[in-house]
Amino acid sequence: MTATAAEATAAALALGDDALVLSHRLGEWAGHAPVLEEEVALANIALDLLGQARVLLSLAGDEDELAYLREERAFRNLQLVEQPNGDFAHTIARQLYFSVYQRLLYGELATGSGEFAPLAAKAVKEVAYHQDHAEQWTLRLGDGTEESHGRMGRACEALWKFTGEMFQPVPGLDLDWPALEASWLELVADVLERATLTVPSGPRTGAWTAGAGRQGVHTEPFGRMLAEMQHLHRSHPGASW
Amino acid sequence: MTAMTAMTAMTADTAERYEAVFDAAVAADERIEPRDWMPEAYRATLVRQMAQHAHSEIIGMQPEANWITRAPSLRRKAILMAKVQDEAGHGLYLYSAAETLGTSREELLDKLHAGRQRYSSIFNYPTLTWADVGAIGWLVDGAAITNQVPLCRCSYGPYARAMVRICKEESFHQRQGFELLLALSRGTPAQHEMAQDAVDRWWWPSLMMFGPPDDESSHSAQSMAWKIKRHSNDELRRRFVDICVPQARALGLTLPDPEIRWNEERGHHDFGPIDWTEFQEVLKGNGPCNEERLTQRRRAHEEGAWVREAAAAHAEKHRTTPPARTGHGAPQEATA
Repeated sequence: MTATAAEATAAALALGDDALVLSHRLGEWAGHAPVLEEEVALANIALDLLGQARVLLSLAGDEDELAYLREERAFRNLQLVEQPNGDFAHTIARQLYFSVYQRLLYGELATGSGEFAPLAAKAVKEVAYHQDHAEQWTLRLGDGTEESHGRMGRACEALWKFTGEMFQPVPGLDLDWPALEASWLELVADVLERATLTVPSGPRTGAWTAGAGRQGVHTEPFGRMLAEMQHLHRSHPGASW
Repeated sequence: MTAMTAMTAMTADTAERYEAVFDAAVAADERIEPRDWMPEAYRATLVRQMAQHAHSEIIGMQPEANWITRAPSLRRKAILMAKVQDEAGHGLYLYSAAETLGTSREELLDKLHAGRQRYSSIFNYPTLTWADVGAIGWLVDGAAITNQVPLCRCSYGPYARAMVRICKEESFHQRQGFELLLALSRGTPAQHEMAQDAVDRWWWPSLMMFGPPDDESSHSAQSMAWKIKRHSNDELRRRFVDICVPQARALGLTLPDPEIRWNEERGHHDFGPIDWTEFQEVLKGNGPCNEERLTQRRRAHEEGAWVREAAAAHAEKHRTTPPARTGHGAPQEATA
């Protein structure tokens, strides 16, 4: 099955928006991390994601126009990545859920012959590092102190309802989505168990239609995030920077 | 002679010989290394200076990180994120270098948080517009490089080597700052005005980064004798002004000092008087952002305490027991 040009553009936008939005959230940590090494690590992951976003958005059009001049309803990112940072455990839980997904996704795309294969081949190496980082911290926090165990558990629970939408098929990406989901569940459960945490049992779509983010239906914090991100660019129409 | 006085005499004699070896090494431009004997005052001066330098990298992340989420293009955002990441890395190098003198990062951070060690006064100024990010790159990093390049020849080896690595990255940041301002200066009238306003606000604080005038600099003479410092504050400040004047012209921006003009006789630019009262106020903690900077740093540290405790507890639980002696002769030597 070959994707139409429109489908390929929409797929680039979906993946590009995920990377752009999560990169932005991680950028908010700069100067606030619990330890200097994490200042470096979180900025590093944010930079990798921003790099991916720029390639993907450029496939779909002009990167700055797409990032700065679309409104909330036109963004196609997952609701998971737009969730506020919360405490360090929330950020790590979000990273764990998303990096495992991204690694599986790019791993598949890299082996295919589609137009995302070259990007995926590069990105999957970066994402492997992101996944390792998230996994190591999940283990440290889950199997650390009583307090960190509680915080990590609550973070995993709180974000669980945003994990279902990741496996809503994206037109233009010819993948075995149910198989991807099964692998994801297995990998995440394995990490959580090793971290002495319980795999959340709640629904994985919350009250949302699965895949809402992909259709431009977002959560409330997202609008404020965009307002901050776009303000300066929008204040100087047509300027170059 | 009692045993006591004999020992004292011998110790004083030994100390004198150590001191002579140290002085000769410094005179011969040799590097002092962590295991070498050094005068306590030399050690204390270095700890103070390196700690202040490391703290400046860490606090210095804040005024720039302030603009990461508002950077006006994805390219600029990537550059800024990379820069702030480099600064955290520089802080790490410098804390490691300071640790070779027998202190620890934790101890130094505690002193920073308690307000007992300083960081560069420049980071107590706010970043009010996007152009400030460019002005910091061009002027603040420019002043830092002018100060730090001579430190690559500093007598203390670990500090000198850290500076070699840091200066490479810093000069890259400085060029990026210049390029950012150039884009604004050549952009729309509003962008040009934004760039000029930023240079107007950052120029004088940047000149203050070189420290008080030579006749009021308390540590300078000793630091120069020990070859920690290679040039005086005023000498470096003059050098910086000479570099900036043509760069400002290339940028199409003016420096906010009507008294700047080339002095043929001295071979340097003359420039107007610095407001040392403002400098003293900022040093005393009364600058525009002193309170905010320290509060944010303390908060990050306090709110991160549970994370550090978790990491320590996890490491303790999963510490691999060192392999038991096998009984076949000596225990295995680590080869790494």
